Amino acid sequence: MPANLLFPVRHILRTVAMTVVPESSSFDERAWAELEAVIEEALAKRPHHVRRQLVVFIRLLQLLPVARFGKPLTRLGAAQRVAFLESIERSRVLLIRRGFWGVRTLVLMGYYTREAVAAAIGYRAHRDGWAARGGTMATVPLAPTLWMEP
Amino acid sequence: MIEDREYDVVIVGSGAGGGTVAQELGPLALGGTRILVVEQGPRLTDDEFTGVERDMADSLYEDGGGFLTADGTMTLAFGRVYGGSTVVYTGTSLIAPERVIRHWHVPGLSHDDIEQRSRKYMMQNNVHALEPDLINDNNRLFVDGCRKLGWKAQQFPLNLKGCRGSSLCNLGCPNAAKQGTNRVQLPNAEANGVEVVTRAEALEVGDRTVTVRVSPKRDGEKGMPSSWAPGMYRVRADIVVLAGGAVGTSALILRSPTIRTISHVGARFTCHPAHILVAEHDHPITNDVGHPKSFYLDRAEEERFVLETCMYFPFITAKNLTGFGAAHSQLMRAFSRLQMILVLACDRATPRNRVTVDSAGRPVVHYTFTTDTIEAMVRATRASARIFFAAGAVRVHAPSADPPLIARRDAGRVDELIDVRHFQPGRISVSAAHLMGGCAMGQPHSAVTDSFGRVHGVPWLRVADSSLFPDALEINPYLTIMALADRVAEGIRADAGSLLGSGTVAVRAS
Repeated sequence: MPANLLFPVRHILRTVAMTVVPESSSFDERAWAELEAVIEEALAKRPHHVRRQLVVFIRLLQLLPVARFGKPLTRLGAAQRVAFLESIERSRVLLIRRGFWGVRTLVLMGYYTREAVAAAIGYRAHRDGWAARGGTMATVPLAPTLWMEP
Repeated sequence: MIEDREYDVVIVGSGAGGGTVAQELGPLALGGTRILVVEQGPRLTDDEFTGVERDMADSLYEDGGGFLTADGTMTLAFGRVYGGSTVVYTGTSLIAPERVIRHWHVPGLSHDDIEQRSRKYMMQNNVHALEPDLINDNNRLFVDGCRKLGWKAQQFPLNLKGCRGSSLCNLGCPNAAKQGTNRVQLPNAEANGVEVVTRAEALEVGDRTVTVRVSPKRDGEKGMPSSWAPGMYRVRADIVVLAGGAVGTSALILRSPTIRTISHVGARFTCHPAHILVAEHDHPITNDVGHPKSFYLDRAEEERFVLETCMYFPFITAKNLTGFGAAHSQLMRAFSRLQMILVLACDRATPRNRVTVDSAGRPVVHYTFTTDTIEAMVRATRASARIFFAAGAVRVHAPSADPPLIARRDAGRVDELIDVRHFQPGRISVSAAHLMGGCAMGQPHSAVTDSFGRVHGVPWLRVADSSLFPDALEINPYLTIMALADRVAEGIRADAGSLLGSGTVAVRAS
């Protein structure tokens, strides 16, 4: 796959990303590059026709708001973008709904698989498990009668 | 250029089915029978199990765990690695319910037989209930919520040895604690002389042959290189055992001109469609440490659903929350306070839900949510919401509610807020990891194999995986797959005299 598959629609994808994950609005170029690299890598493993459909759908997301708001997606304010994408997410047409689900999934993959984000949201899983927490055990008392005999 | 290789038995797939058959034929291998296992995925070294979400998902799962059904409304997760899906499940080891085996109506298959064989693998895989002091809050809150509602949560028997509580089971245990076929049955088989070749994709099955493509290890990929040189091979064997999983086995038959006329292949696909439900507590809980799936609530017989504890990783969690934007982000930032429940619907085999192949021979899974399945998922979601609130959650995320977040003040309205009208495929995330059916056992006029996995009318061809299930199992399937694979191996041993070459007959006699 060409490394710059997303390049022609990058500005649209970034607008979608900032709506799906508002924290990405504060991204610098390096963070965007990281997010886009994750998405590019995921797409590289998909069949050619899927990649083509994705780019077409992203372009469609840019154009559809013109009918409702008189402006393309990238020129809408934050509230209008949310309203538009919510309408797409709830579309009566399955193809539109699943198209958005796919784009949303890629954005979430790009954002939430980055190490810095895992730490920021408080995800702390570690291969050493309990030992990595200093042996901390559960804090909620358990009704002993519910235990199944081993 | 295609290289020819000769064996007596070739097994396609190394998961719960293929790994078990390989082990059980080990004594034949010791006696000189040439047995080969071909596995499409790589064999990872222990230090390659890092627990890093994207890294491991790409290395262990087909399509990174995001294999989509034909209409794109559900993702299917299945392993593609040495050990198959036994590398990526949570180790849950339940014996099939008697009522399910009875409902299957497979001539010659009794529940007693399944139970007896299941117990053999429970023993072999060190299946036991986790010690109480290793149970985390996420699981305890589930038990507590169930108890307050008058439901009895049951503890999962787990196939663990030395669990350290990484919570990373679904990314492959980083501590080699889970006793999948990669840890038990395949090493046993190899110790007896069974050969396992990885990065080897079965492309086509002919008359007692399997065409295999061995791929090179690419830059940056995890796993060891294949023991065979990259290239195309034609493997000749007197017996061919298909154990590539419910999707892989059906697809392999359907793209093989010599055998694709076998009737009923691909039919009766079921998968226990699942939602990941999330609830927020007002204080941190232990959730991403400790075994993630220690308890379940079995309502299959009464209400067609099963609830299981679970704990997923940031991206999988984010993907499964409905919606986007500020509310979505806020819930994600509460990760340390999140409790999770996996909702599984007990779907039924229907004529529409099946595995086919596209023009290139790739698997295509057609799945339509029936009204019964949707209603079961909604009932399960309501039950989960009640459990969450009973356990003290301040808000619950329910995919089949709109808006999906339900505050504690509305805990009394879950029946009204969670409703089938909000179950909108393509908007909400549905996934499945219990893939079943496609080569069902039963009578020749309606099924693919007999109760020993012998394909009707094709004596040299056997099936030994979850595709044998004529309908949903209604519990986690791995132990039952092993029990059935044990039967398949027994059938092969019984038929070896008539099917294998003279050298093997001599081995049997010895």
